[in-house]
Amino acid sequence: MARTLMSGNEAAARGAWEAGVAVGVGYPGTPSTEVLENLVRYDGVACEWAPNEKVAAEVAGGVSLGGARVLVTMKHVGLNVASDVLYTQAYTGVTGGLVYLVADDPGMHSSQNEQDTRNHAVGAHVPILEPADSAEAREHVIAAFELSERFDTPVIVRMTTRVSHGKSLVTGADRVEAERREYVKEPRKYVMMPGFARNRQPALEQRLHELRAWGDEASLNRAEYRDASLGIITSGIPYQYVREALPEASVLKLGLTYPLPEGLILEFTSKVDRVAVVEELGPYLGLRLRSLGIPLLETDLQAFGELSPARVAVAFGARAPETREPVQGLPPRPPLLCPGCPHRGVFHALGALRAVVTGDIGCYTLGASPPLNAMDSCVCMGASVGMAHGMALSGFADRPVVAVIGDSTFAHSGMTGLLHMSYTGSTGTVVILDNRTTAMTGRQGNPLSGTAIGDVDAPAADLEALARALGAASVRTVDPHDLHTTRTVLEEEISTAHLSVVIAKAPCALLVRSEVDPYAVDEELCTKCAACVRLGCPAISRDENGRAVIETSICVGCGQCVQVCRYDAIVRVGPSCDLGGA
Amino acid sequence: MGVTSVVLAGVGGQGTILAGDVLAKVAVAEGHVVKLSEVHGMAQRGGSVDTVVRYGDVVFSPIVDPGTADHLIAFEAIEAARAVRLLRPGGRLVVNRRVVAPLPVLIGDAAVPGDLEETLLAEGAILLDAEALACEAGSPRSANVVLLGAASYGLPFLAETWRQVLSSRVPSHTVEANMRAFELGLTACAEGACAL
Repeated sequence: MARTLMSGNEAAARGAWEAGVAVGVGYPGTPSTEVLENLVRYDGVACEWAPNEKVAAEVAGGVSLGGARVLVTMKHVGLNVASDVLYTQAYTGVTGGLVYLVADDPGMHSSQNEQDTRNHAVGAHVPILEPADSAEAREHVIAAFELSERFDTPVIVRMTTRVSHGKSLVTGADRVEAERREYVKEPRKYVMMPGFARNRQPALEQRLHELRAWGDEASLNRAEYRDASLGIITSGIPYQYVREALPEASVLKLGLTYPLPEGLILEFTSKVDRVAVVEELGPYLGLRLRSLGIPLLETDLQAFGELSPARVAVAFGARAPETREPVQGLPPRPPLLCPGCPHRGVFHALGALRAVVTGDIGCYTLGASPPLNAMDSCVCMGASVGMAHGMALSGFADRPVVAVIGDSTFAHSGMTGLLHMSYTGSTGTVVILDNRTTAMTGRQGNPLSGTAIGDVDAPAADLEALARALGAASVRTVDPHDLHTTRTVLEEEISTAHLSVVIAKAPCALLVRSEVDPYAVDEELCTKCAACVRLGCPAISRDENGRAVIETSICVGCGQCVQVCRYDAIVRVGPSCDLGGA
Repeated sequence: MGVTSVVLAGVGGQGTILAGDVLAKVAVAEGHVVKLSEVHGMAQRGGSVDTVVRYGDVVFSPIVDPGTADHLIAFEAIEAARAVRLLRPGGRLVVNRRVVAPLPVLIGDAAVPGDLEETLLAEGAILLDAEALACEAGSPRSANVVLLGAASYGLPFLAETWRQVLSSRVPSHTVEANMRAFELGLTACAEGACAL
């Protein structure tokens, strides 16, 4: 195969396929999502989106137990959900190769926190690899399968946003079919109850000891000797910044960062005058190298946010590049809900009802921004449901409290929260924003949407029946584009003395190609009241006289603004010109 | 040869990702080592997006620091002003005159600076109207290809390579319209450069 430009995620998928992986399973999460979306395109691999990362990891554990190779993918916070599985899989070990691809998001481009997955590797006692570009993403995934089977352990491949979504050149190879390894019944290895689990701990220690020695010789770890006055120990994407910022420095580039190849590290540090660590997030390498007694140069590289070549250069005494003066007074450009987004109708109603809204993870988190300002909390997947219940327990009763959660997020971890509400006699209200997809990560199917990975049809769970079965006394479905009904139903359900679920059901604006004409504002009728502007639709603005203006090329004709205009000033117009193109 | 860094700055949904992919593939086709960086996820919902393409003999970092980009191709004028700090002194600035008002402007919480174009011209910008040129080419949605054409004026790649890569990335019935869009962008940039 010729050298091809691939993202790190494409290359990781390629590596898994070449390594003979039989199954790929995961939950979508930026920046990891495209790994499975690419893997599903290869023949001979069964891929699945699981409802959450824990289920994905359990499915992966079963594939491995059955003797086949399996890749399980998630973002950094997803591993928190799956960690319960991982920490004990480290005890059982594997039959077929078991590789976790976990993507961290330094800088929080699309995440609610920064986490360093290397800490999970240490906690779980499993090896972790850190590729630094696409070619290495492929190589490390292949190596991870070999390590997994050779050392009888799950292996983590830690990606970061710049590795996952950066593109660079990759030379692929053919797939090598991995023969299914025979499952042999062995309760002492696979049934982790205290008596058996205690006996697995020596194996776990022995494995780490052997991996440490393996790492001293492995090509994934590489000492590059140049000027001996400064030696940098680094891994992953920071390696690229070090090479760019400090081209003369000697570098120990670590591919395996747990367990650390201590022999190789001590050899490197003995050959250079001064040693420094350059790492993103952490401090991980820094702390562990200090615990080996290695004196490290102090730098002011922070443990938060992304690095860059200039940040590394400046940390080692170079001057930052000369820059232009930033242009002052520019309006910020936060991300926003799309034109025609059904979530807007729900947030408009909740705003009118002055509800406290416990929110969740998805596109609808953007409802927290002006002008809707319709969210009071966002913590993690599924948190909205439990938090709404807890807020009621706190005695807070100034305003109604409503939980808002997406369809995919409800399937991920909202269902158990709802069950808890019914079990404890809650009279709360949960709104499920059912837009028929997992939108933020790029429109993946989920158990409620009727689609599966690869855009194929799949059974859709009956959400109304599910909510009833979990104990909701009242389950009502509304069209969120119908603002009046949405508000009325919400108002009724908030005031009832039983547990309510309101399903706001309308497809994501990106799933449907609008077939209705857009709207425009009749200047004669517009009174400049700005009720439509307060919907926060990207198609609606005000002209210099304060009148509302609808940009017809952006409007998809959802009609929400028509319903908030009391002066009938918003009217349909003909379609805008659209001849198609790139 | 050193590394050349090109930044494509715009608004999520404007087609910077496709444009960056085409540019990177053109550089690969002409034998360069290439790295590209872009951001997916939340920013694509109408936020500011930068795609970085770097090519040369050896390329390490996929991202650029302020003051180090050689070319900035801005798909939108506010984003041009925001991203101009990435451009090195003497770097080339090509700007689509279109203004996409961000939500704070739409709802009246913020304003677009009245002297935006003057500011950009003072930074050495070549201004063009990519949407008008795209319509002239017969494909209103090909503004991103107009801007690729404008980018190509300052880049050392062969017209034939651009054509080959572009043809492979756009629907077959739109290849000619897209090539016209590319040519119009190239010409507009050449004329803009002469006028400086």
